[in-house]
Amino acid sequence: MEIKTNLQKVLESGQFAVTAEIDPPKNADLELIKEKIKWLKGYVDAVNITDSPRATVKMSSLAGAVILQKENIEPVMHITCRDRNRIAIQSELLGASALGVKNILCLTGDYVSLGDHPQAKPVFDLDSIQLISLAKNLSEGKFFNKKEIKGKHPYFFIGAVENPFADPLEFRPIRLAKKIKAGAKFIQTQIVYNVERFEKFIKLCEDLGILEKVYILAGIAPPKSLKMLKYMKENKVPGIEVPDELIKRMESAKDEKEEGINIAVEIIERIRENPGVSGVHIMAIRWEFIVPEIVKRAKLYPR
Amino acid sequence: MIVVKRKPLEEILSYIEGHDKILLLGCQECPYGCATAGEDEVKKLVEEIKNKMKNLGKFIEISEKTLIRLCELQYVKGINDFKNEFEAVVTLSCGVGINLIADVYPEIEVYPGVNTLFMGAKLRKGIYVEKCRACGDCIVGYTAGLCPITRCPKNMLNGPCGGSKNGVCEVRKGLPCVWDQIIRRLKKRGKLEKLMEIWEAKDWRSFYGEGIRELREVESWK
Repeated sequence: MEIKTNLQKVLESGQFAVTAEIDPPKNADLELIKEKIKWLKGYVDAVNITDSPRATVKMSSLAGAVILQKENIEPVMHITCRDRNRIAIQSELLGASALGVKNILCLTGDYVSLGDHPQAKPVFDLDSIQLISLAKNLSEGKFFNKKEIKGKHPYFFIGAVENPFADPLEFRPIRLAKKIKAGAKFIQTQIVYNVERFEKFIKLCEDLGILEKVYILAGIAPPKSLKMLKYMKENKVPGIEVPDELIKRMESAKDEKEEGINIAVEIIERIRENPGVSGVHIMAIRWEFIVPEIVKRAKLYPR
Repeated sequence: MIVVKRKPLEEILSYIEGHDKILLLGCQECPYGCATAGEDEVKKLVEEIKNKMKNLGKFIEISEKTLIRLCELQYVKGINDFKNEFEAVVTLSCGVGINLIADVYPEIEVYPGVNTLFMGAKLRKGIYVEKCRACGDCIVGYTAGLCPITRCPKNMLNGPCGGSKNGVCEVRKGLPCVWDQIIRRLKKRGKLEKLMEIWEAKDWRSFYGEGIRELREVESWK
């Protein structure tokens, strides 16, 4: 039975949604997640919990999602194709559903050689679009092999990702349309620093007529320091585009952290004016406690 | 061709340690093209082994043969004619050859002199690039002749992923994004429609088989 998630309700009601993101710890300490939750509680509609991002071992996203739920925060559980074949993915999603997880984010996943176990065998049985189809099937009471799930089946509010800064630009909206057709209901984008390119992407989506079929949440990451921006600029993190002006701005900033917050707030304010955008997804990795400040300054509080 | 690369001498020596008479087997098929197992290369390896042994104060008798194809039963059967002349074999053929020898002669100690790398093209001497993974269900008819199973690290069928930038893959600098190439070529040909559809998940059985893959178009192998 379809029971709407909080995130879904916010989006469907037309409110500007705010989500944040937590990387689970690189150990077995659930207190580390609980600490991050304390900062985010009340300031966001849901919190993403990542699936060993950058192919680096972390506590599982399912465990993280359950911890979030116990603390009364709605999770968006990431699930990637990197480490699991279609059997393991379905098994994981049945378990997630049984434990009450309803928002999921379907990704292909970073390649293993980027991570801390580059010797691992990459799986990639499915790609992200096929994974979305799989999640949709489960939500409709069918396994990936189209056979009926007897008894209770999951219901998921299915999300996917898109990188407006990847190439070829003119194909990105077409690929996004495939994700929507496969079953994605909301999209969280890669971190937006180049707002012009982002707006161009949204315009292309509008031209393709897909904006009314999906909720787009723009990725926001407050740059904590000049060093972090330069690191991303040098393409150490796949898929992120950092304009030169932003580097210059940070170089001349007196207080880098303060400037980072300003940058994030300004981008949110500008993006919010775009009718094609339904919310923001704030990724303040290793700086989660700054999220409330950003949400307040962007006038997105109270939730 | 099957691209192979000579193993380090130390590893080869570790295999033949304790034997007095060995056979070095070359193959005139693919390894020939990689300049790994032609007659010159076989002779070169013989010299290397002998010199090393000499330095260690040991002597080893090495005979050498270069057969037409170690991946074909009729040629491998030829080993029978001289199988009493050696105690162990080191082959410079690909993994197909060594496995076939091991199948046909269970009693022969056979060791690899090379690592088998991939199926690829020779661009020029010394440069080889993988082009096909033999997945058993070719789709390049829809992808402008370029294989995403081989060339996309994530084997994506609905690419490109978000890591494609300026035509380059996020995984390795200098690796072209095959989906970027496919899209550009099909667009030029006015054949992008196929990429608008969702490509279904691959049936990997044609790739992994059940155990090993076989092709049997006649009744018996004899």
